[in-house]
Amino acid sequence: MKYLYYPGCSLKGTGKAYDESMVAVFQKLGMDVEELQGWNCCGATSYMSIDETKAFALIARNLALAEQQNGGEPVHLISPCAACYLGLCKAQKYIAESEELKTIIVDSLGSVGLKYTGNVKVRHPLDIFVNDLGLDKIAKCVSHPLKGLKVASYYGCLIVRPYATFDDQYNPMTMDKLMVALGAEAVDWPLKTRCCGGTLTGTVEEAGLRLSYMLLKEAAKRGANLVATACPLCQFNLECYQSKMNHDYGDHVHLPVAFFSQVMGKAFGLDRRQIGLQRLMVPVETSPAMA
Amino acid sequence: MIMSNTAAGDQPRIGVFVCYCGRNIASKVDVEKVRQFAEKLPNVVVSRTYKFMCSDPGQEMIQQDIKELKLNRIVVASCSPLLHEPTFRRTCAAAGLNPFYFQMANIREQVSWVTADTVAATRKASALVAAAVSRVACHTSLEKKRVPVHADVMVVGAGISGIHAALLLANAGKKVYLVEREPSIGGHMAQLDKTFPTLDCSACILTPKMSEVKNHPNITCWTLSEVEEVSGFAGNFKIKVRRNPRYIKQELCVACGQCVDVCVFKEGKVLDDFNVGLSKHKPIYMPFPQATPACVLIDPTACLKLSRGKCAQRCVEACDRKAIDFEQQVIHEEVEVGAVIIATGYQMFDARKTPEYGYGKYLNVYTMMEVERLVNAAGPTQGEVIMRDGKTPKTVGIIHCVGSRDKRHHPYCSSVCCMAALKTAHLVREHTGALVFNFYIDMRTPLKGYEEFYDRVLQEGVQFVRGRVAEVTDWAVTPAEDGKLVIRVEDTLIGVARRIPVDMVILATAMEAHHDAAELQRRFNISCSKEGWFLERHPKLAPVSTFSDGIFLAGVCQGPKDIPGSVAQAGAAAAEALMLVDKGFVEIEPNSAWIDDEVCSGCKTCVPLCPFHAITYNAQDHVSVINEALCKGCGTCVASCPSGAAQQKLFTDEQIHQEIKGVLNYV
Amino acid sequence: MAAWKIQGRVKHQEELDLDFGKTIASKSGGENLYGCIQCGTCSSTCPLSIYMDYTPRKIIAMTRAGFHDEVLRSNTIWLCASCYACTVDCPRQIRITDVMYALKREAIEHGVYPRRFPIPVLAKEFFKSVMKTGRSNEGLIVTWMILKTAPLKLFKQMGLGLKLLLHGRLSVLEEHMDGGAEQLRKILDHVETAKKGATP
Repeated sequence: MKYLYYPGCSLKGTGKAYDESMVAVFQKLGMDVEELQGWNCCGATSYMSIDETKAFALIARNLALAEQQNGGEPVHLISPCAACYLGLCKAQKYIAESEELKTIIVDSLGSVGLKYTGNVKVRHPLDIFVNDLGLDKIAKCVSHPLKGLKVASYYGCLIVRPYATFDDQYNPMTMDKLMVALGAEAVDWPLKTRCCGGTLTGTVEEAGLRLSYMLLKEAAKRGANLVATACPLCQFNLECYQSKMNHDYGDHVHLPVAFFSQVMGKAFGLDRRQIGLQRLMVPVETSPAMA
Repeated sequence: MIMSNTAAGDQPRIGVFVCYCGRNIASKVDVEKVRQFAEKLPNVVVSRTYKFMCSDPGQEMIQQDIKELKLNRIVVASCSPLLHEPTFRRTCAAAGLNPFYFQMANIREQVSWVTADTVAATRKASALVAAAVSRVACHTSLEKKRVPVHADVMVVGAGISGIHAALLLANAGKKVYLVEREPSIGGHMAQLDKTFPTLDCSACILTPKMSEVKNHPNITCWTLSEVEEVSGFAGNFKIKVRRNPRYIKQELCVACGQCVDVCVFKEGKVLDDFNVGLSKHKPIYMPFPQATPACVLIDPTACLKLSRGKCAQRCVEACDRKAIDFEQQVIHEEVEVGAVIIATGYQMFDARKTPEYGYGKYLNVYTMMEVERLVNAAGPTQGEVIMRDGKTPKTVGIIHCVGSRDKRHHPYCSSVCCMAALKTAHLVREHTGALVFNFYIDMRTPLKGYEEFYDRVLQEGVQFVRGRVAEVTDWAVTPAEDGKLVIRVEDTLIGVARRIPVDMVILATAMEAHHDAAELQRRFNISCSKEGWFLERHPKLAPVSTFSDGIFLAGVCQGPKDIPGSVAQAGAAAAEALMLVDKGFVEIEPNSAWIDDEVCSGCKTCVPLCPFHAITYNAQDHVSVINEALCKGCGTCVASCPSGAAQQKLFTDEQIHQEIKGVLNYV
Repeated sequence: MAAWKIQGRVKHQEELDLDFGKTIASKSGGENLYGCIQCGTCSSTCPLSIYMDYTPRKIIAMTRAGFHDEVLRSNTIWLCASCYACTVDCPRQIRITDVMYALKREAIEHGVYPRRFPIPVLAKEFFKSVMKTGRSNEGLIVTWMILKTAPLKLFKQMGLGLKLLLHGRLSVLEEHMDGGAEQLRKILDHVETAKKGATP
């Protein structure tokens, strides 16, 4: 099956490691994946605060491009970034539910020659790895089982809410199962889907920073020596502010936070630079098994 | 083909009576003009008006004209037939005229109450009168048929509602078949410890009634039994009941319990439904101490002898009454009854559907029904509130509205849980001295003694937080929360977020219809509401009858309610059932359909279409036949019949055509 | 002992905007707004509610009652992180997250927020970046936001910025979408005109 790949702006910026490791993992798994050509920003949460219809139009352009690139055939569009993933799903749903909105979107895209039918299947890589390919196939590719690695799988908000498309909303397990298939231990912890603070860590840090801090504390308390994430902003919030947290809260938090695809790459025996491990600010080598 | 009149060759002599209805009709319709118009219509002998046609003088006027002017057809143009058709039909009958020579034109609900312009209203009223006049000329005399009824009654479901209804009917001298699916009667009320608001011991007030049922000569009580098939109609139901084997000779067992003691299984094996899964029982077991009939039974899937064929059978050895019978078979009973009361009750909402509360994930999250069993002295912990981890709680949180008032599960309010939660708070505090919190959205304590009970519980020091709980978690933020279940809630009245660590969480789960209620609904041919409760005929004025004559409802199966409500409703259902069977006969409206067997080709198109299953196919004669007693005159078969063999009395093709012509001629 | 400030507080009907509730209910996501039973589940599950001046439940009550100023001036609508926990847990299925977005848009449209408040400024910078390049350039957007709201903070943030740069996670140059954003701008212009014709 052919897949199209929508990285989104973060994966070309602060989340570069996510992009790199994702592409490397696709290759290793022998998947037929092509990057979406001419993609634009999905608007994330900020754009929605300015204008909803334009935000949907922004997203719909990517969906129309995906259809076009696949020659009108049904297309599976992979979106690793949680905000992009949610945006794509939400736009498709809202456009389908409102005749009025649909008309505006279809006309606006039509005015530049793009066709929108709303038949793109938006997929998260976790869904594809666990449900399409299957854990057996993943396990077969493992050459360096991650023994000693205790992973707290952190899903964040947007890949399970408000649409529970491929996993349970209250207790998702796809990432946990994936980690186990890679030879690691999946730590059971209660904050798998609690918000990390999103953009608030940078704008209203008294509130936002604390949310990320609590996640790290609990993960550590439950015995995790690595947090695996599925969202570039979650990863940024959890990893890049650790020294600030220690300063502000008088603590000694030191927990590596990696993208789950990086963990996969490590288990597959891929090169360090291939999966962007050097981009992580809290060296992941402090974790056994990831050394 | 024009249907014949009262006597062959008699010309229709029609009297038209137009009503002013005070100003209800007269304010929009020019009643005098309509009267004048009607006078000139064919076959009309006399046309009159009156202020209130339904009044005594109005009716007398009609009767006088029938006698003096030899009228043989009557048209009254007034209000809705739903209101006064029976009145005017009686008027005709009293004057010696067959009541079905009467036709009504609705010029109130269908004209004056819905038309703004008086000219238009008068024209429409005239058109409707012309239609009625044209139609009534083709009416024939019809007779209501009487069918005798069976005096026996069946009650399905033997919870408190079924028990109460059965006792009332039995005491009225009727033979009652009480059919119960579980091995004992008593229903959910038998599981309760105390009942609100009086804190009566549930078993103490229920068991005397259960005893009465057992001993009543007029009640035939079948437990472990289910209704399999229902046929017939009001007054004459034929019902097949399947009686599942308990593998014990009921008449011999004295419930000494020796068999249970010596069973080869030393520990319980099967999840005990009566204890809501909190304990296990052996394959041979007593459902609960006060079970009625007082008799053990054997679970065939767990018993070694029944499932595998081999066992030491110590139970047989121990029973000196030789009551154990592994060869016992299913018995199929078939009975004839005149009325049925459905009192099948409810089931509790599965708390695993709200995973955010941790039921099934955290050990010490319970449902309220489970806690009823914990506090009950005959329960799995002998009345001690000991949690799954072996500890006694020091702080308890009770969460209201789990699964109720929730568009994602049940949008309705389950009516009794606020009171039940207050009762649970009281009982748990009484048993443990724990600090109890109730988390609620609204406190619903409307009925007799309920508000006072709320006050009592408030005075006892139970803490109330108005806020719906979003999550129960084991994530501890402060050291005091370590090892506890934390309830995070917005205290909406004080206006602050709170984190309350508790040892035990109790969920007030919703009442819901049985998962197989739809099966029963189909078997009895009754309707369900959107939420799955059986549908009453009218929400305000007919709460115990259904749209199927002879089938009545009692208790929670019709909608969530408390014990007093269920008992009251059971009494009402018994009264209505008595009304039906004591009358001795049912009268059937003559507007039923019939099939002309000379025209019928046996195509069977009509058979599956009948919503009342009134049509059967006679394979011998190759024709379909309508059971007049079951037919409700909906006309579906008539409309669908390709050959015109199916026709309907009072709604013949000719009558309908004439009615339409009446309007068109005028227009 | 601190002195009390005695102040009376009554809200009169004349001070309220009685159409406010209907306006918000008519926006995307507001369709079940009037079904709110004030249960407080949203506030209970919201991870940010403890920092808000009015909890999400109160915002809905106030919106329906017409407390236009208090709602748009609250910090609640800005502290919402769009995590959708409230939307998923609401027993009346009110799309509270969307209501918060609608309120954000109202506030931005009417310019009702403290000067130099970072969140609307961030949103506007984001908007501009997308219009210009078709992409959101994180580094540049955040830098502009800091300069426009609390310029002195830039020095504090430089440490983090440098670290990101060294790890190759910050692009100093502007990223553009392939083919330029011309087509995108055309689409958005079309939407703008279409919106003016359509009902809100």
